[in-house]
Amino acid sequence: MSAIAARRRTLPGFGLTMGLTLSWLSIIILIPLAGLFLKSLELSPEQFWNILSSRRTLNALRVSFGLAFAAACVNLVMGSIIVWALVRYRFPGRRLFDAIVDVPFALPTAVAGVALTALFAEKGWLGAPLAAAGIKVAFTPVGIFVAMIFIGIPFVVRTVQPVLQDLDPEIEEAAGSLGASRWQTIIRVILPSLGPALLTGLALAFARAVGEYGSVIFIAGNLPNVSEIAPLLIVIRLSEFRYADATAIAVVMLVVSFVIIFAVNRLQRWAQSRIPVR
Amino acid sequence: MSIEVRNLVKKFGSFKALDGVDLKVNDGELLALLGPSGSGKTTLLRIIAGLDWPDSGEVSFNGEDALAQGARERHVGFVFQHYALFRHMTVFENVAFGLRVQPRAIRKDEVTIRARVKELLDLVQLDWLADRYPSQLSGGQRQRIALARALAIEPRILLLDEPFGALDAKVRKELRKWLRSLHHEINVTSIFVTHDQEEALEVANRVVVMDKGKIEQIGSPDDVYESPATAFVHSFIGESIELPVLIADGVVRLGDRPLRLAADGLAPGASRLFVRRHDMLVGPPGSGAFEGAVQHVRNFGPVQRAEVALSGGQTIEIDAPRGRELRAGDTISLEPRRYRIFADA
Repeated sequence: MSAIAARRRTLPGFGLTMGLTLSWLSIIILIPLAGLFLKSLELSPEQFWNILSSRRTLNALRVSFGLAFAAACVNLVMGSIIVWALVRYRFPGRRLFDAIVDVPFALPTAVAGVALTALFAEKGWLGAPLAAAGIKVAFTPVGIFVAMIFIGIPFVVRTVQPVLQDLDPEIEEAAGSLGASRWQTIIRVILPSLGPALLTGLALAFARAVGEYGSVIFIAGNLPNVSEIAPLLIVIRLSEFRYADATAIAVVMLVVSFVIIFAVNRLQRWAQSRIPVR
Repeated sequence: MSIEVRNLVKKFGSFKALDGVDLKVNDGELLALLGPSGSGKTTLLRIIAGLDWPDSGEVSFNGEDALAQGARERHVGFVFQHYALFRHMTVFENVAFGLRVQPRAIRKDEVTIRARVKELLDLVQLDWLADRYPSQLSGGQRQRIALARALAIEPRILLLDEPFGALDAKVRKELRKWLRSLHHEINVTSIFVTHDQEEALEVANRVVVMDKGKIEQIGSPDDVYESPATAFVHSFIGESIELPVLIADGVVRLGDRPLRLAADGLAPGASRLFVRRHDMLVGPPGSGAFEGAVQHVRNFGPVQRAEVALSGGQTIEIDAPRGRELRAGDTISLEPRRYRIFADA
């Protein structure tokens, strides 16, 4: 009996789909990454350590991860507000705005970079008034930050939107009739319900910003130690034929990104577990 | 707390959800708003709760204007059809919510809140579920928690929107009885919306029947069943036989046949005759107002339900007591023990 039960699964196709999944993930993701690790093994531990602890590498990593995190946080806040407006209100042009959110997905990053640079350059439409106020955006870390916000916003909006759409407006009415103020309703009822989705959005926007290259290098100015992002440093090392150096930086980026994403994922799972699905 | 509603009008676009509604609810009453979907009953309830606003009209609680206050200030407990529990909170925290969001000045301390929640969970007999999440409860349990949550704020009025609508038949019946005894215990002015006549008649002290944004009748459950005020109420509540008749020269006619029914005080013109199924008495041919032939007979416990083709061509269903068995093909006469005639609008 049990032997038959074990042989016959209710859901067919496990062997086929699982096999395809594993081979595909191997070809597309795992083998290239393994190659990266192998290449970095050409370095001795001291060489590896020296490359990483050099001032330029550390600064590049700091710029990339620090600004990516800051940009993801801004996107979290602004993205949530945009989602709220798009989901909860009916206004003329809503569909248009909804579509505009996806533009950073579709636009070639170089085009975005050039456009942002032109806009925020000292004589650009936004750059000129900002320069008058003493704020330089283009060719500074602020420019990188702006570009990272630009490319990250759709990730927050698109992850949170379906969850908010599913959130029954009745729970807000229930909170109101129980005496909760608008603010209490948002803090105690809405945000906790959206928590897991917000964390996912944050993680995706962060991951995208860390890896962003195209739009950033146009606006960054790329001054070593100041506005040079880690992916650019990798490209520079490659152009100098210092492949091992490039892979060392790449490996560190990979490991740090993976650890952060994994941590956020666990956090999200934990938050989700507190809201059992019905 | 008494509630008074005067000339309430509410439109959604061109659809008139409420078309001039007047209603007075007495202190401590358990009132049912009964009507088909789209009759405006839920809209009326939501306006009383402060979740919707009328286009015109007045709502007052104990004589004071309620429309000047938002839902938050009205102290009205509202129970939703789909519970609207906070799914990221335990049952305990759901019930405690209304106490925790009170302004700091009047907020109770943690010990008092815990005691109060415990008391409410005991009242709805679910204290053993305090640490569960809503998704781990059955529908009936969820609705009882939703009720406990609404009662936590010691509401002046309790409003329930189709409270048992999402539950299966057996649980509904249990909760009906339970709601009635709970109301007896806490005695807070309560209004519940339902489209289920049995529920309204069984639970409420008074029933308000609504249709198309208007109140058709207000009365005790016996009143609305025994003496329906309008054709709508007669056909909506209880099983009715409905026949188109014509009143002319003091005679009631079905098609071209005069019926031996009194037409005193009836306005001439096209009308409808209503008879309860069990009020049609079966007799030998020639003895009653209607003649017909039995088509089908089916037995339901103490009654036999017969489909009868009347000589005028209409087919009706009657419920006759068992004893004198009817058989398909029998020619019989039918005499309405009681009937009502309403002129067509």
